Amino acid sequence: MDTLLNIIACSVRVATAIGFAALGGMLSERVRIINMGLEGMMLFGSFFGVVGSYFSGSAWIGLGLALVAGALVGLLHAVLTIEFKCEHILSSLGINMLASGLTLVLLEVIWKSKGSSSSVKGLGTIRLPIISQIPVIKEVIGTVSPLLILLIICVVFIYYILFRSVYGVRIRVIGDNPEVAGSLGINVYKIQYITLVCSGMLASLGGAYLSIGDINMFIKDMVSGRGYIALAMVVLGRWHPIGAVAVGLIYGMAEGMQYRLQSVTIAPQLVQCLPYLATLIVLLFARSGRGGPKAAGKHYYMKGQ
Amino acid sequence: MESSKRSNVFISIGSLLLALLFSALLILLLKYSPIEAYGAMFKGAFGSKNSWAATLGTATPLIFAGLAMAISNKAGVFNIGGEGQIVVGAMAAAVAGQYGGGLPKIIHIVICLLAAGIAGGLWAGIAALLKVKMKINEVIVTIMLNYLAVYFVNYLVMNPFKAEGMTARTNYISESAVIPSIIRNTRLNYGIFLAIAVALIFLFILKRTIMGYELRSVGLNPSAAENAGIAAAKYIYIAMFLSGAVAGIGGAVEVLGVHKYYISNMTVKYGYDGIAVSVMGGNSPIGILISAVVFGALKAGASNMNRMTHIPSEFISVLQALVIIFVATPAIVRRGKDRISKGKGKREG
Repeated sequence: MDTLLNIIACSVRVATAIGFAALGGMLSERVRIINMGLEGMMLFGSFFGVVGSYFSGSAWIGLGLALVAGALVGLLHAVLTIEFKCEHILSSLGINMLASGLTLVLLEVIWKSKGSSSSVKGLGTIRLPIISQIPVIKEVIGTVSPLLILLIICVVFIYYILFRSVYGVRIRVIGDNPEVAGSLGINVYKIQYITLVCSGMLASLGGAYLSIGDINMFIKDMVSGRGYIALAMVVLGRWHPIGAVAVGLIYGMAEGMQYRLQSVTIAPQLVQCLPYLATLIVLLFARSGRGGPKAAGKHYYMKGQ
Repeated sequence: MESSKRSNVFISIGSLLLALLFSALLILLLKYSPIEAYGAMFKGAFGSKNSWAATLGTATPLIFAGLAMAISNKAGVFNIGGEGQIVVGAMAAAVAGQYGGGLPKIIHIVICLLAAGIAGGLWAGIAALLKVKMKINEVIVTIMLNYLAVYFVNYLVMNPFKAEGMTARTNYISESAVIPSIIRNTRLNYGIFLAIAVALIFLFILKRTIMGYELRSVGLNPSAAENAGIAAAKYIYIAMFLSGAVAGIGGAVEVLGVHKYYISNMTVKYGYDGIAVSVMGGNSPIGILISAVVFGALKAGASNMNRMTHIPSEFISVLQALVIIFVATPAIVRRGKDRISKGKGKREG
């Protein structure tokens, strides 16, 4: 029983990071821009979260800095793909390599270390008023990271925007057919820009969770593929905000079990394979395309271009 | 055709210069001197016989990785799995190299290379299978396969194939499997000729054979190729297998020619470097040879720069990332060129 609760608690933690990134990936694909740069945006988020916390002494300022970094990188991806018609995957890979290189360079400049930063102030946890009284559930979500609460707020908010607001209608029309959106007088580029900046900020929140929300330090390449994994979750979650996060939770179970299994007799390297194997299996079940924005990755030219 | 080729070369060179310029700004921000840094880098890459050997020795795996990327790309498949295929190939070669000590050198080396090629090819084949049969995007699959390969091979190195001692590495390969060095105690070995040969064979297949023609037409427009009676799926399999095989052989050359055993993380990021190499080389075999030497020089120079100026050598990934971004967005370079020529016009007027 304890083990099971442990796994669930762990999967909630894992799902928090992936959930933010999945929301970001979902949004950007809905405006037809493939964002594999999630990986790099997360990495920037975890790094600058720690940097901000280190220099200011406040994890919340760190979180703010992570958000700024995420927004800027989201903007970069937008400029490259929308303004300059860069192949979305190449722009993403460029961003990811940039993130990996730049964080390592700065890590060495700031902390004189090739592997990890020093420990910094983290966001800590919040004891939830009523839930922490309920016997079994309190073990799992009695005390949680403030970012988990933020994630839930984000899911609700994005759900509302997407399906209950004019802005969401515009996003969905662009997702269905940008040409039609353009002919309806929707400023496609503007919405794509805004959405990508949001996408970057969401991914950076996921990254920041990994560092200042969990272990309170930065470790070299600590995102280790979670950005790509989040994209797979978007497909399985059918481009729906609740779907993406729910799938993230299931996926979190796989990773949660990984941590449990590491303490058993199986070789740790084999156990480390699990999340990636799980993602491949997820992709097998999700199959591509069905129900998704069809032409994500294709360039759209606004009138007069 | 000729003019588009020329413009590609212009964009590649322009991108490299722009990336160097932006990186210089970064060096300035970090309060170092860019001139000193680039000077140290140049010296480390071309300053002596040994630094030339380091440059060309580093270029060798980059040629393989770049070609691997380009082969799949020609068929319209984006194989980012070079990293994993290199690791799998290197491990296969390290295992094959340990046995068969009595074999003649040529035969033993060929067996090791074949083992690596098949291992890398099959590993890439998984992504091709999923793409053709299940229509799953190859990009995420190959990235997942990278992580799987790294962790799985780490398992092999730390458990069944671990050599005695503290480090996680395999036993030395037998003498008969060693690819000899060209200059002693440097990375440069005869494997570089194999890399060049693979590039030339790829060029020949691409330009002079029906297979190459069909491969390119699948890459340009798969449905049109299908209509013309070309089995697109077949070429996706072939391209992915060959792509993985070339990457795997690249890993094997690192084992047989440089390290003489497999050690955990020995091929760090060559696969990702290969993306930058093929992008800057415009996916053409000759372009890849040139850009692999350029990146080989940058990487070899970076460790000297690190010694002389304390700028972290990871700095090179930043530079590579910038090159990818600039080459992939030719509009930036072109706009810059327009602005320059407009400026000239003004001055003249």
